Amino acid sequence: MPLVHKAAIMSSVEMSRALTRIAHEIIERNKGADNLAMVGVHTRGVPIAAHLAKLIEQFEGTLPPLGKLDITLYRDDLSEIGLQPVVRRTEVPFDISGMRIILCDDVLFTGRTSRAALDALVDLGRPSVIQLAVLIDRGHRELPIRADYVGKNVPTSRQEVVKVKLESVDKEERVDLYEMGLGA
Amino acid sequence: MRPKHLLDFQEWSKDELLKLLETTEAMAQVMTRQVKKVPALQGFTIGTLFFENSTRTRLSFERAARAQSADVMTFSASGSSLSKGESLKDTLKTLDAMYIDAYVVRHSAAGVPYQLKNWTNAIIINAGDGRRAHPTQALLDAYTFKMNYPQFDSFEGKKLAIVGDVLHSRVARSNIELWTKLGAEVYLCGPKTLLPEELKTKGVTLTHDLKEAVGEADGVMALRLQLERMTDGMLPSLREYCERYQVNDRIMHYAKPQALVMHPGPMNRDVEISGSLADSAASVIEKQVTNGIPVRMAVFYSLLIGKDASPS
Repeated sequence: MPLVHKAAIMSSVEMSRALTRIAHEIIERNKGADNLAMVGVHTRGVPIAAHLAKLIEQFEGTLPPLGKLDITLYRDDLSEIGLQPVVRRTEVPFDISGMRIILCDDVLFTGRTSRAALDALVDLGRPSVIQLAVLIDRGHRELPIRADYVGKNVPTSRQEVVKVKLESVDKEERVDLYEMGLGA
Repeated sequence: MRPKHLLDFQEWSKDELLKLLETTEAMAQVMTRQVKKVPALQGFTIGTLFFENSTRTRLSFERAARAQSADVMTFSASGSSLSKGESLKDTLKTLDAMYIDAYVVRHSAAGVPYQLKNWTNAIIINAGDGRRAHPTQALLDAYTFKMNYPQFDSFEGKKLAIVGDVLHSRVARSNIELWTKLGAEVYLCGPKTLLPEELKTKGVTLTHDLKEAVGEADGVMALRLQLERMTDGMLPSLREYCERYQVNDRIMHYAKPQALVMHPGPMNRDVEISGSLADSAASVIEKQVTNGIPVRMAVFYSLLIGKDASPS
């Protein structure tokens, strides 16, 4: 299906400012960086988690440990899905039990990815707190899930697509809104 | 298109096979966790159909299924209606009526998994048929090699030596098929009576000279010598066999220094492989057993998830 570009949502500078604010909010809410760990959801949650970890180190002097979470095996649509999703490695090289986990993703939409991520996380241990940080919240939740930290709230329709591009994955940084085109 | 079954590797492209080995890596991570279970195959039922005994292979498949929350139904031929004279086809029809999504089949006759797939809509996974194929064993061999070979980059150009009773070995046949597909060179070595000429295909070299087979090899796989072969006239004497074909420290000097030693088990120590080599740093034999579970998890995932598989 062809995607028609509708609007630019965030530029690279705006993304960077939003992440800086989120990093400050995380420190404020958690009263410092002690016991904090960042876990990114594959694919684009990972560089966001890494970026936030670096900012927190810059502000507080301690670098929170970084984990990568693949939620494929926890999806609730595996028995009906069309195209087989690729399973990637979960790499959380520290014990999450008792930690304050900041779960990071690029876009919060139906909430199903976050639900799967929560299940995947608790199978690794028992964190003291899990908080959710997202760059974009586009609404249309199908589950009772909300983010603790939001870069930007973007009202969308279900026919629209939000695309986040990150330097380490896409070689550029920007967020755009597209409309699923008719036909084809 | 993604194949529907795993009978051997004929329907599997190199890319699909490499993807399977990558999925195996993700599955291996699951087995390192405190909770060694994911919900991926919830609602799926897998039947194990072992017409030939093999406790360890069956247990490995069952563990792999349960680690992904699938339900498992175990069928063993002894004590079933097969021993009352029911045909294979009727047995399968009966099981089909119990809503089974995939069958794991082991049979002493080559081709049985092919026949079964014509009688059911379920997925068939070959767990060994006669001398013909044992694809999950070959996959776990390749995966173990990939994960343990120093600075592994590709199977392309790697040399694998398979030594011993090639004639009776479905493990050898599946490894030949898999490794040549992945771009490796395969040398088969053994006495004339145990080395069938028809296995000589593209990328495969047959030799009776162990030094030639092992020379500059990246991996050396010793096959179990079935001792009953002594009595059926296929081998002159055990001593002579060991002298010429035993994989040991001495012969491994001809292989690359980083070469890995494999054995599909069960092992006859100091027959086809020396005990000291089996316990050495070059040996990945124990890892092969461990890796059986993530490989089979990856096979289940790759066959059961998604509706993009080929229709037959």
